[in-house]
Formats: sequence, C-alpha cells, structure tokens
Amino acid sequence: MTAPDPQFEADCICRILAGEHQLFHDLIRPCERPIYFLLMSLLRNETEAEDAAQDTVIKVYLNLKSFRGDSQFRTWVLSIARNEGLGRLRKAGSRREDSLEADTDEQTGDYTPAILTSWREIPSQTLEREQLGVILRKAVEALPEIYRNVVLLRDIEEMDARETAEALGITEGAVKVRLHRARALLQRELAPHLKGFAPKKRGQGKGLFGWFKSMRLDD
Amino acid sequence: MRIDCRHVWDHISAYIDGEVDSSLRAEIDKHLETCEICSAVLDSTHNVIVLIADDRVFKLPTGFSQRLHARIDRELESASPS
Repeated sequence: MTAPDPQFEADCICRILAGEHQLFHDLIRPCERPIYFLLMSLLRNETEAEDAAQDTVIKVYLNLKSFRGDSQFRTWVLSIARNEGLGRLRKAGSRREDSLEADTDEQTGDYTPAILTSWREIPSQTLEREQLGVILRKAVEALPEIYRNVVLLRDIEEMDARETAEALGITEGAVKVRLHRARALLQRELAPHLKGFAPKKRGQGKGLFGWFKSMRLDD
Repeated sequence: MRIDCRHVWDHISAYIDGEVDSSLRAEIDKHLETCEICSAVLDSTHNVIVLIADDRVFKLPTGFSQRLHARIDRELESASPS
C-alpha cells in the first residue's frame, strides 16, 4: 500500500478547491483499496461494496472543503466510507450494525494458538498458487466482523493503530485487543493448513524467519 | 520471574508490533530461546501476517479502479466540491 503523503494531500486539496478538479483522481487513488476492503468487510457483497465505494468517493469530493486536516486525509475518507457502509446496513434493516457498534471486547473466548512443534516458513512466492490465496481469504472472511475490520486495516492495509481506531470509531486499546485476537484466530485456523505449503527442501538460507529472528535477538 | 507459554501467547501480537516494554521483551526472548512451541507459534503468526498482507491475496475486483475513475469524471463535469 502507498503510504500517505500529507504534504502532497494538502497541496492537492488546495489546488482542487481552487479549480484543478482533475487532481482529485490522484488524491483519492491511494485510498481506493482501504475504502473497498473496509466496505467489503461491512457489506459482504462485492457489488454492494463497489457501489458504496463509488458513493463514498463522490461524497469525499463534494465535501472536500470540510476536511480540516486535524486527522489524516485517509482516516477522514475511511470514516466517510464506514458511515456509508453503516448507513446501507441500516437501510437494509440489518441488525449487524448494532453488533458492530457494541463493545464486545470484554467477551472471553478461546484464543489459544495452534500448537506446533516446529514451523517452516511459507515463502510469499507460494502465493502464486491460487489455492493458498483462497485459504487465506477464507480465513480472514470467516473472522467475526469486529476482528475482520481491524485486520483489514492494520495488517492488510498496514495502517497504524491510531489511524485504524479513528477510522473505525473505536479506541486504540480496542484495536490492539481485537488485532491480537484476530491474529490468534488466524494462526489457529491457518497454521495447520499452511504446513502443506512449506518447501520440501531444507537448508535454503535463513529466509524471512531467520531474518526476523536475528532482528529480534539484535534489538 | 520466569514467564510461561500462556503469558507469551497473550503478548505475541504486541511483541510482533514492537509494543512490549524492554523488560517483558527480554523475558519473552529468553523464553523463546528454549521453547520450541512458542517459537513455532511466533513464527507461524508472523508468517500469517506477512502472507495476508500480500497484494495478491486481497485484490480489488477487475476493472474496479477504471469504473471508479469514470464515475469521478462524470461527477467532475457536473459538480464542484463545497
């Protein structure tokens, strides 16, 4: 994901408001993925999520003047996307929006990880096998909604905890708790399936985990 | 204080994100040196995070961007931001 560039955004917004409307294409481009995946997570339907994403972007354009710059532009955009998604759920008479707003972080659950005695890294080249992508997507889609939203913004769109909290209208503490539980659920669901994708040969360099471990020890 | 596996699992997400304080981090590192299970849990959790973040896993629908920018163009012709 492209990291936001506040200077570029501020400059773009000034110029758009001054009449260079075409610059809106460049301004919104880095936000397309998070807008869509947040709405997909809320609405669970590709067509509806795309339609809501388009409406969100138009609302962003029409209300650009009201962006005050006291949060990141992307955070502001995502809160508009979230309102769009919740509004659609409300209109459809869905009760899911209530459960989304409820503070369920106190709920206890079993977040014990899958216990493995060894783990061999699954290299990202393995993603060229479509089957692995399907397994990963299904696991994320099967997460409870409040966890899925956080994983999508934190781990998939790589937003920080503060920005995720602002975009979802929850506290940073809730983001951290939900992310921890989501990762534990994903590890438990995925680790047993992923073992089958591990390379068969041993001794092919230290790979990501060798790097990760050495970084961990060096810190 | 010697920490146990459950304690490590409770902090694994914060550990991966570099959000545990230095004394807890040192305890976890010490535990990981000798605990094969927690090392595997950490490595598999980290691997899952790396894999789901790959752009090839969650892709925008084909043509999403083109349709979005065509809609923006239609809007730009008819309205100005307020």
